Amino acid sequence: GDQQSPKPEYHIVSVEFTRVETPFLIGIWILFASIAKIGFHMTPKLNKIFPESCLLIAVGVIVGLLLFQASSVHISPLTPDTFFLYMLPPIILDAGYFMPNRLFFDHLWTILLFAVLGTIFNTMSIGVSLWLLGKSGMFGYETPILDMLLFSALISAVDPVAVLAVFEEIHVNEILYIVVFGESLLNDAVTVVLYHMFEAYSEMGPSRIIYTDVLTGLASFFVVAIGGTVIGVVWGFITGFVTRFTHQVRVIEPIFIFVMAYLAYLSAEIFHMSGILAITFCGITMKNYVEANISHKSHTTVKYTMKMLSSSSETIIFMFLGVATVNNAHNWNTWFVVMTIVFCSVYRVLGVIVLSALANQFRLHKLDKVEKFVMSYGGLRGAVAFALVLLIDPKHVPLQPMFVTTTIAVIYFTVFIQGITIKPLVKILNVKRAEKRKPTMNERIHERIMDHTMAGIEDIVGKHGNHHVRDKFKRFDNKFIRPYLVRDYCGAEPKILETYSKLAMKDALDYIRRNASTI
Amino acid sequence: MVTPNQIERLYSRFTSLDRGDCGTLSREDFLRIPELAINPLGERIVNAFFEESGNDRVNFLQFMQVLARFRPIKKNSPNRLNSRQQKLRFAFKMYDLDNDDLISKDELLAILHMMVGANISEEQLTSIAERTIVEADENGDGMISFEEFCKALERTDVEQKMSIRFLS
Repeated sequence: GDQQSPKPEYHIVSVEFTRVETPFLIGIWILFASIAKIGFHMTPKLNKIFPESCLLIAVGVIVGLLLFQASSVHISPLTPDTFFLYMLPPIILDAGYFMPNRLFFDHLWTILLFAVLGTIFNTMSIGVSLWLLGKSGMFGYETPILDMLLFSALISAVDPVAVLAVFEEIHVNEILYIVVFGESLLNDAVTVVLYHMFEAYSEMGPSRIIYTDVLTGLASFFVVAIGGTVIGVVWGFITGFVTRFTHQVRVIEPIFIFVMAYLAYLSAEIFHMSGILAITFCGITMKNYVEANISHKSHTTVKYTMKMLSSSSETIIFMFLGVATVNNAHNWNTWFVVMTIVFCSVYRVLGVIVLSALANQFRLHKLDKVEKFVMSYGGLRGAVAFALVLLIDPKHVPLQPMFVTTTIAVIYFTVFIQGITIKPLVKILNVKRAEKRKPTMNERIHERIMDHTMAGIEDIVGKHGNHHVRDKFKRFDNKFIRPYLVRDYCGAEPKILETYSKLAMKDALDYIRRNASTI
Repeated sequence: MVTPNQIERLYSRFTSLDRGDCGTLSREDFLRIPELAINPLGERIVNAFFEESGNDRVNFLQFMQVLARFRPIKKNSPNRLNSRQQKLRFAFKMYDLDNDDLISKDELLAILHMMVGANISEEQLTSIAERTIVEADENGDGMISFEEFCKALERTDVEQKMSIRFLS
């Protein structure tokens, strides 16, 4: 009678949201971000004044406010895990895969100087300066030196996502671009090490640190950097090798490239190596061999998928930054925020001046005043800093909420103030702009002749520079690597053949277009 | 200006290349440098030194004069030997074997052969050479003159590409 449960009815329509909640919300986020992006491109006036990243953050803030009003639940979609595991890898892979290798390696020493020494200098100087100010009681809190250093480690790294987002729009000349962008990619190793080091130290407590801990930190830097690079290069070679055998199953070619690069990132992260370095070098390495193996269509697919993934990740990151601003419990400390911004800017300029003076001693192309200015001004901070600050455990570091607020403030400062003003500044300062184009047949061949000539002259002078090293590597590559990784290995100088076939294809397409009726 | 220090370093290199201790270098002295011997352009680079000297020995002054072309260009001190024009001239010489100031199809093919190696079919190389000439050839004589060569490399940063920092 009464205890009997109601007879189960068969509903024509039933609502079950919980089952699809997560994928549905992700879908909505991506849709919303993409629509916002279309919106900016349809309003040219807005697009001219603001870089896209600013507009996306603004949209994020609006969405965050709506969510904040609509529900008391704090949803923070930008967790460190989603950021580091899903949103960062596509952007970095895109950067590594389409890296202009020649340019990158030509300026490698300058890039390394800025990425390693520059980041260490920034971290130490910002951390110590904040700590000294803290001792004077300016912030109203006790500021232990280790907590300050932990904070400065995450705030002083130039962010690859923000730099790319802003620099892609302003088209500065290639040297300036590669130095700033290379720095932002390679400084990850330093950031990872310093961050983990100071995190461990502050958990240990300052009294228990002995000098061996400092030495271990130094050693772990080399392990993290070199380990990450090696893992990336090895995965890159394996990818090249696998694509050697895919000519029967063309449709899965792009999958190998994405999955194996992603595995390179993850396998580096497993060992706390630099995942960013791993995936960058995986892209740099695989490109040389993969492009010779995969079909033209697969290549186009890879290119567009990569661009799409990275641009949507970037879009989502900036929007989430905006959303997260509203959602987190803030602890605003005016002096701390102001002084962090001041120190970040001042030490960035100082570091660039000193390090470029050092680099100019060894460079053929000297970095001039304007370039130094753009380099120091282009040192944008971004989502990597934000994700790292969220990772700090408030139990060990009670100042964490203040760090979060300050990090957001610094990101807003660099992305908005510096991001908006850099375009007009580049125009006023008359910075040499880049011109993007494909090389002609003549340029390809004559420039190779120049390379060989210079390698020969370096050998005669007996002074081994870039040309000599490149020549050696090319010879090694052609003899021992290419024959095993490339299916239809066709001699040295694949670039000349590539340029030729590209130009021939373009001619053919033009011909078809002109003479459409005859075919 | 070249510092005395650099001249000294280059002179010590010069003497270490000079196996016969006769104050001049022969072709064999150059080709004994292992990397240069396998450089596809090795022989032509060496020839450039002997063209400067006019006979079959190269003395230190002539040695320096060829190397001077690869000094980085300084803005405030224009130099005759390391101008963009001179650097391009040197590269052009790598092709122009018969010194007629024109790169013919055969001369280009010979260079491509040396660089690309044997795995490429003759027809493919020929069509690459033909395309390259058509692209640069403005007066329609089927060859690339020095002026056309310079024009084709207008957008190339020759000043950077053909300089050695060590010689600054």
